[in-house]
Amino acid sequence: MSVGNSVPSVDARVKTTGEARYALDAAVPGMLFADIVRSTRAHATILDIDPSEALTTPGVSAVITAADLDGLFPRFGHIIADHPILAIDRVRYYGEPVALVLADNRYAAADAADLVRVRYADLPVVIEPEEALAAEAPLLHDEDYSLGDRSFSEAQSARPATNVAHEAMLQWGDVESALEGAHVVVETTTRYPMLYAYAMEPYNAIASYDEGELDVISTAQHPFQVREDLARIFSLPLNGVRVRSPLLGGGYGSKSYTKVEPLAAVGAWISGRPVKVALDVEGAIHTTRADSALIWVRSGFDDKGTIVAREFDITLNTGAYADNGTLVLTKCVHRCFGPYNIPNLRASGRAVYTNTVPSSSYRGFGAPQGNLAGEVNMDQAAERLGIDAAELRRRNLVGPGERHIPGKRAMDADLRADLEMVVKGLGWGGRPTANHGIGFGCSASDAGAFPVSTAQVRLFADGSALVLTGSTEMGQGSRTVLGQIAATELGISVDRIRVKQSDTSLTPYERTTGASRTTTLTGLAVQRACRDALAKLVEMGAEVLDRDVEEVKTAEGDVVAGPDSRASYEEVVQAWFGGRQGEVTGVGIVRRAGELAELPPFWEIGMVGVDVEVDPQTGVVTVHHLVTVGDVGYAINPAMVEGQDLGAATQGLGAALSEELIYDGPQLVNPNMVEYRVPRMGDMPARIDTFIAERGDGVGPFGAKGGGEGSLNPVGGAVASAIARATGRWPTRLPLNSSAVWELLNPPDEA
Amino acid sequence: MNPVGVVTQVNGREIARSVPARMTLVEFLRDELGLTGTKVSCELQVCGVCTVLVDRKPVSSCAFLAVDIDGREVTTIEGVASDGKLHPIQQAFIDHFALQCGFCTPGFVMMAVALLEEVPQPTPEQVVSYLEGNICRCTGYRSILEAVLDAADRLERASP
Repeated sequence: MSVGNSVPSVDARVKTTGEARYALDAAVPGMLFADIVRSTRAHATILDIDPSEALTTPGVSAVITAADLDGLFPRFGHIIADHPILAIDRVRYYGEPVALVLADNRYAAADAADLVRVRYADLPVVIEPEEALAAEAPLLHDEDYSLGDRSFSEAQSARPATNVAHEAMLQWGDVESALEGAHVVVETTTRYPMLYAYAMEPYNAIASYDEGELDVISTAQHPFQVREDLARIFSLPLNGVRVRSPLLGGGYGSKSYTKVEPLAAVGAWISGRPVKVALDVEGAIHTTRADSALIWVRSGFDDKGTIVAREFDITLNTGAYADNGTLVLTKCVHRCFGPYNIPNLRASGRAVYTNTVPSSSYRGFGAPQGNLAGEVNMDQAAERLGIDAAELRRRNLVGPGERHIPGKRAMDADLRADLEMVVKGLGWGGRPTANHGIGFGCSASDAGAFPVSTAQVRLFADGSALVLTGSTEMGQGSRTVLGQIAATELGISVDRIRVKQSDTSLTPYERTTGASRTTTLTGLAVQRACRDALAKLVEMGAEVLDRDVEEVKTAEGDVVAGPDSRASYEEVVQAWFGGRQGEVTGVGIVRRAGELAELPPFWEIGMVGVDVEVDPQTGVVTVHHLVTVGDVGYAINPAMVEGQDLGAATQGLGAALSEELIYDGPQLVNPNMVEYRVPRMGDMPARIDTFIAERGDGVGPFGAKGGGEGSLNPVGGAVASAIARATGRWPTRLPLNSSAVWELLNPPDEA
Repeated sequence: MNPVGVVTQVNGREIARSVPARMTLVEFLRDELGLTGTKVSCELQVCGVCTVLVDRKPVSSCAFLAVDIDGREVTTIEGVASDGKLHPIQQAFIDHFALQCGFCTPGFVMMAVALLEEVPQPTPEQVVSYLEGNICRCTGYRSILEAVLDAADRLERASP
């Protein structure tokens, strides 16, 4: 069996030799290089754009503005199409694309971009949601852009005449009465920082537009979603747009949905030549970031520590355009209160338009923001109640098969068992030493993996096979894992299988590559495609072996009809078609039906713990020990599960300890990788335990379910609580860098 | 923007080109020579993905001018394997799952080559200190550290 083994990544070799091809490495003969003129104002009316000087630069062929897009649908956005390809009459954030310069080479394009003169008339600027929600605040959007995607029906539409981009609410029971009768009520407010995912390959795309077909190679996680935006812009049928995603240099959600593809595409449409748009990191930071959050929570408990009610109020700074903010908010509302039995709940939130970089998906997707508030609140409650923090969780965690959100799938995990793995791993309950603290946290995310996946398996006349899927490889190992699933199903060795991905014209439809869906949903589609191919092979085998179909089965790469009647797959294909020809195609389809009718398809579990030390002189925090639990049902590739968990937790440590995009006035002060500090090798905890819990409780192939986000989600809260236990003071915001911790230890009012 | 002549050796091959004075080494490698194995990301010499060796010393090719390789020798990721056989560092990265998206991998491999040429048997602390300038956003680094230490052992066993 191929599944269950740590098969080395099938693309590891080319990634170590430099042969691996990313979108950034693609080139099309005759292509022009694009540079982007970005807004130098956070909110302004565009009075005039003068390209004349730029156009005199040798090698420059065009300067494109919104005025040149006549006849096109000039905006994009998969939920709310509010995002102009190029700013239309008005800019809404510093760094917004205003004009596109096309030239024969990158230098000419860059030089000319500096020479495009844009005159602005400033408008009032709102950076923080508090400002944007004030009565006198300027309105960022006064049009209704809504196009509607029915699968996003949970998302509520914007509130007209305000800067509220989306609202979401989840409630049951009677929160007020329950809190009145509570033994203890604990209130907590936390701020989660504005983040940049830093996929190391910045957004880029090459577009060419000929023979009525638009062809785009880009860094898109979800090429089929990008295809829909492009089809709408150019009024093309879906078969007239081809979007291809080669290997991605990181994604983590930040390459979800449309980013720079429309810029490249309008460049190609206007110039008649292929156009490459490749952002630098500063440009990428000015394209998409993750939501910062201000979250207030109060929870009531009875004297045994049982939760009687929880109430959350969430405000997300969603930036200038909607992108995927709707869903981030909805998920935050569903994830903030944790996997606990809560008899009375109200969680309400709003995503607020501000004059900042648009925010969108990033690993965890609302969960890390909400979890910080919810889990710190649980730890503070444990302290107030005088109950051990782990014991407080045990008393409230939802059990296997129990339903903690009405209408959602019952819990498909044993959370108490997962929690024991974390607290035992950490040595929780031991005697604390000075300046040391242990923290841990629990989360369960309703995976936003809407079940629409299709796959094809093509078995060739030499016995090798291709798996075709629209799921994108961005480092998570899907080529390997889907290959392992196919190898096991087909009964052939994994090295006879290649997985081809993410070409909207040639690979079958996949809704997205996100929300940890691939192993579970794409995996099921691949599994079904293999079974379909084998069923056809059995029919062909019956004909070839001259037996009834009922007598024929497949086993270990052969079609078998008894001890003396056997033929290999390739023999069957060759004999059936005649000569060394032909192939068998199997199709696998996954939709919201049967076992997948209930959403989410799985709960993505996060259980982590940390042991930290705080230097009281400097505020520097050292993480000595990190524990993660990958509750994945069944680990098809255990080494890859551990890799996902450690990678996710490390990104969580970045947000907890050092990462934050900072606005000082209308612009970001640190849109670069010098001043935005992500974890480095020296930040690695001295001891790391990445445990895997396999209980076969997922709906995916072989009992698998999704992983890869979960181990990020509770890290912020775990670190905050560990620092609280080390210092005796509860932090209220991340990141807890040395100056934040020093201020925690030395509050200004005590100076 | 007058072009400047450059004569250099890249992966053992003699190269003579005329390049714009402003062209960076990574642009020269990727755009002029089609050696796209070297990646570019931060463009501020802090992420390490563009690391190549110039006269066997690691440099960030995003912050190194192409004209400055005149008369010098450049080794890129494409020049690490020989005769189709992977370098032990490359094999160790595969065996230890020391990569996910792989975008940072060429830079890490080049830096590890430089490290093990300088310090054949490094301690874990030396590896961390040497690779502190390379960012990996996927793995959390543990597997990379293990791969480099294992590669050092493999190289020692292989040497006579």
